[in-house]
Amino acid sequence: MKVTKAIKRMAIVLAPVMLFLAAGCTDNMAVLDPKGPIAAQQRDLMLISTILCCIVVVPVLLLTAFIVWRYRDKEGRKAAYTPRWEHSFKLEAIWWGIPIIIITILAVITVRSTYALEPSKPLESAQKPLTVQVTSLNWKWLFQYPEQGIATVNELKIPKDVPIRFEITADSPMNSFWIPQLGGQMYAMSGMAMTLYLQADEAGEYWGSGANFTGTHFSSMYFDVESTTQADFEQWVKEVQDKSPALTSEGYKQLVLPSTEQKMTFSSFPKGLFEKTVTQYASASGHHHNMPLMEQEQEQENSTEQKQASHSGHSAEGHQ
Amino acid sequence: MWEKVKSFASEFFVTGDPLIYGADVSIGLTLIAVVVGMTYFKKWNWLWREWLTTVDHKKIGIMYILSAFLMLFRGGVDALLMRTQLVMPEMSFLAPDHYNQIFTTHGVIMILFMAMPFMFGLFNVMVPLQIGARDVAFPFLNSLSFWLFFAGAMLFNLSFVIGGSPDAGWLAYPPYSELMYNPGVGQDFYIWGIQISGIGSLMTGINFIVTILKMRAPGMKLMRMPMFPWSVLSSCIAIIFSFPILTATLALLFLDRYAGAHFFTLDGGGNPMMYINLIWMWGHPEVYIIVLPAFGIFSEIVSTFSKKKLFGYKSMVYAMMIISVLSFLVWAHHFFTMGSGADVNAFFALTTMLIAIPTGVKVFNWLFTMFRGKITFETPMLWTIGFIPCFVTGGLTGVLLSVAPADFQFHNSYFLIAHFHHVIIGGVVFGYFAGLYYWWPKLFGFKLNERIGKWAFWFWNIGFYLCFMPQYVLGLMGMTRRVVSYSWDKGWWEMNLVSTIGAALMGIAFLFQVWQIAHGVKHSAANRDTTGDPWNGRTLEWSIPSPAPYYNFAVLPQVSSQDEWWEEKQRMEQGGAKAQSQLYTGELEPIHMPKNSAIPILMSACCFVAGFGFVFHWLWFVIAGISGLAICMLKHSFNHDTDYYIPVEEIRSSEASTGRWKN
Repeated sequence: MKVTKAIKRMAIVLAPVMLFLAAGCTDNMAVLDPKGPIAAQQRDLMLISTILCCIVVVPVLLLTAFIVWRYRDKEGRKAAYTPRWEHSFKLEAIWWGIPIIIITILAVITVRSTYALEPSKPLESAQKPLTVQVTSLNWKWLFQYPEQGIATVNELKIPKDVPIRFEITADSPMNSFWIPQLGGQMYAMSGMAMTLYLQADEAGEYWGSGANFTGTHFSSMYFDVESTTQADFEQWVKEVQDKSPALTSEGYKQLVLPSTEQKMTFSSFPKGLFEKTVTQYASASGHHHNMPLMEQEQEQENSTEQKQASHSGHSAEGHQ
Repeated sequence: MWEKVKSFASEFFVTGDPLIYGADVSIGLTLIAVVVGMTYFKKWNWLWREWLTTVDHKKIGIMYILSAFLMLFRGGVDALLMRTQLVMPEMSFLAPDHYNQIFTTHGVIMILFMAMPFMFGLFNVMVPLQIGARDVAFPFLNSLSFWLFFAGAMLFNLSFVIGGSPDAGWLAYPPYSELMYNPGVGQDFYIWGIQISGIGSLMTGINFIVTILKMRAPGMKLMRMPMFPWSVLSSCIAIIFSFPILTATLALLFLDRYAGAHFFTLDGGGNPMMYINLIWMWGHPEVYIIVLPAFGIFSEIVSTFSKKKLFGYKSMVYAMMIISVLSFLVWAHHFFTMGSGADVNAFFALTTMLIAIPTGVKVFNWLFTMFRGKITFETPMLWTIGFIPCFVTGGLTGVLLSVAPADFQFHNSYFLIAHFHHVIIGGVVFGYFAGLYYWWPKLFGFKLNERIGKWAFWFWNIGFYLCFMPQYVLGLMGMTRRVVSYSWDKGWWEMNLVSTIGAALMGIAFLFQVWQIAHGVKHSAANRDTTGDPWNGRTLEWSIPSPAPYYNFAVLPQVSSQDEWWEEKQRMEQGGAKAQSQLYTGELEPIHMPKNSAIPILMSACCFVAGFGFVFHWLWFVIAGISGLAICMLKHSFNHDTDYYIPVEEIRSSEASTGRWKN
């Protein structure tokens, strides 16, 4: 009897909490409120897998409550008591079987979607993808638009309905580039460029974050994301090209230093900056102990220039 | 000179935050109180003889559990500090660097210095009793394992007052944990604290595998073992394969930091991704290492309090063994977002999902153990019943996380935080509490107050759901882990507020538990367990007096079935007055016992000194520590005076005092 009372008590306490949670669910659940095809597919996947799991979990919860209630020890109860009943092939086959079936279904869905939603896979679209090169710095984000030749800090503008090809790296500890409403995250790691395709389906303001811990002011690495019409985007690019200062090598050196920053825009950036950031540790001589990027620059100039010529065809058109 | 001392002290001791000074003062006062108290009551000798040098598995187990409770307190305070900082947007209760240290120490302490010793404590107190053995296979090694754990834990905790705590997260991902970004000594405390205790963990793993395989009572075939020793076996198999990986990984990180190697650096050909793979090759088995014994405990309890045999014994055994093996094949699901490609992600998503199958089977078997049973709701059973819905829903979110493309949205968010607290608190912590309440009378010879225990249970449970359910929502709102503060415009504050209230309730629950234990000790005489079998148990530990005598079994039990003690009780009942015990037959004989040794505690002290020397690059400390270690090992190698026999008379008089073996 004590337990039933306790369960009731618990229900009374938990019910308002659940209601409260449910009420909270309706707004600002970024992950469940997708604004692009990737995030939408990921949301659907979450819902499908939740429903599949619930096929097992809900009956189990009900069964638990039923068994605990019915087989509690009390005077004059009528339920059976079989102290030596310890095995039933049929029953055990059922509960090895059911999870196997559910997991098999889920596995098929997962494998398919893993290939379908592989982040480096280009999105199907009539539009040519826009490349944005993302660099995680302590503690701000640098976005470079190689085709437009501009760069921004902590502010990402993208045209809607255009696939965005993010190339992601870090000149800092490992971070993770995440815009919840557009789709899942991707690690930003020094010495390599990761590819992530995302797209916004409607114009609007979103936000992104650095999802992986990178030190003291890691919590300041939120950035604004705005998707606009193609025309507005081009207008904005032109404004930045006309009005903003240039990001120089010296300026980048400053930017790499640990700090938190407000939004910034730059009308240009040093040629091949992103590629240099990515390849800075790949030098054949190997032993630059923690040497900052720019000091290596002179040394690497010869070797990297050739690489870039073949590597990034689009940087040439970017500076027109 | 004075200036030099001053500048040294300001580097050496942690300064700045009033919270830290407050903690310093309270640590100092507590230490003084302990020393004065021990001296006043002339207890030093007793402490040394009875506890510090003991090789008795039961006492070692108690010391493990006591340490785990202290660490639970420390880790819990860390948690409450974090929740206080996050209670409202834009709080500045903790500075970012301080917050980073706290979430790091919270994680390390809760997993490695709370869950692990709690688990080892339960292994120690119960495995030999359940399999009918008089001690573990290697009692000296067992003592050494404990003291190495203790030395490691103390070294790690020392960073709080000396040098500064680590701040790179509980798994210390490079490059952030490398010298380049993390030049302080905190990370070195992390490496050496875990290294020293990790060696102890590995040795415990070996010790219990051998104990279970070689020391079972006559007639106890593997398939007649209670479920807890089975779970310990599966956990220890995972330990001996995974802990060497941890040791090697941290050794490489140490070489990077100490000797300028480039295993995980960005330059010089190093690769941080290697570390992340290696650490999770240990880290994922680790979570199964701690949860499997909890499964074993629940199996024991659910059967005892349903007064019914465990349903599907064989399924349970296979399920645990499958989990133990599968746990080594899932590590990459911790970094689906690293860009390994669809092939790798699909493989690890599948292996992860597979684990849900044996785990689900175990849940059904527990349910059908209760089905057609006679369930009573003493505290151990309450924790078990509380565990089932908690673990099932926590498991559900685990399956959601394993869907690789969806994980791109869950990863690093509070959804993930909520999930692993859900299964670790709901599975591991609830399990260990259940085990502690269940075996408490056997350990100490008295029962705890059930009423206070039930208050603790309900505070823990309600607090738990209030704390972590909102965190799932926060994850879906995009809140990422490890953020020290957030802005008002994100709309996260309601959920964070609820979460903090939940954490506070769990803090109160802990106080109830401390009160319950204090109350129990105070009234121990009135609640003495004279029967040795307070719960109407089923396994061998309940066939001997409470607390268990230091030699455990006056004669070794003769086992002929599962649930041997329950079967024996049935036989005695049916046989009436003429019934003869089939469990304990034969005559009393002198018992072969290991002698106490001071070497384990001295060796561990040497490890502590050497570790401290490595942290501060004080070579003379390292040399002193390692020399001491070598001397201790030599001394032990040439020590042949390691065992003795208990004479029959002593056994007879000890047994007679509990009403056994009277003639």
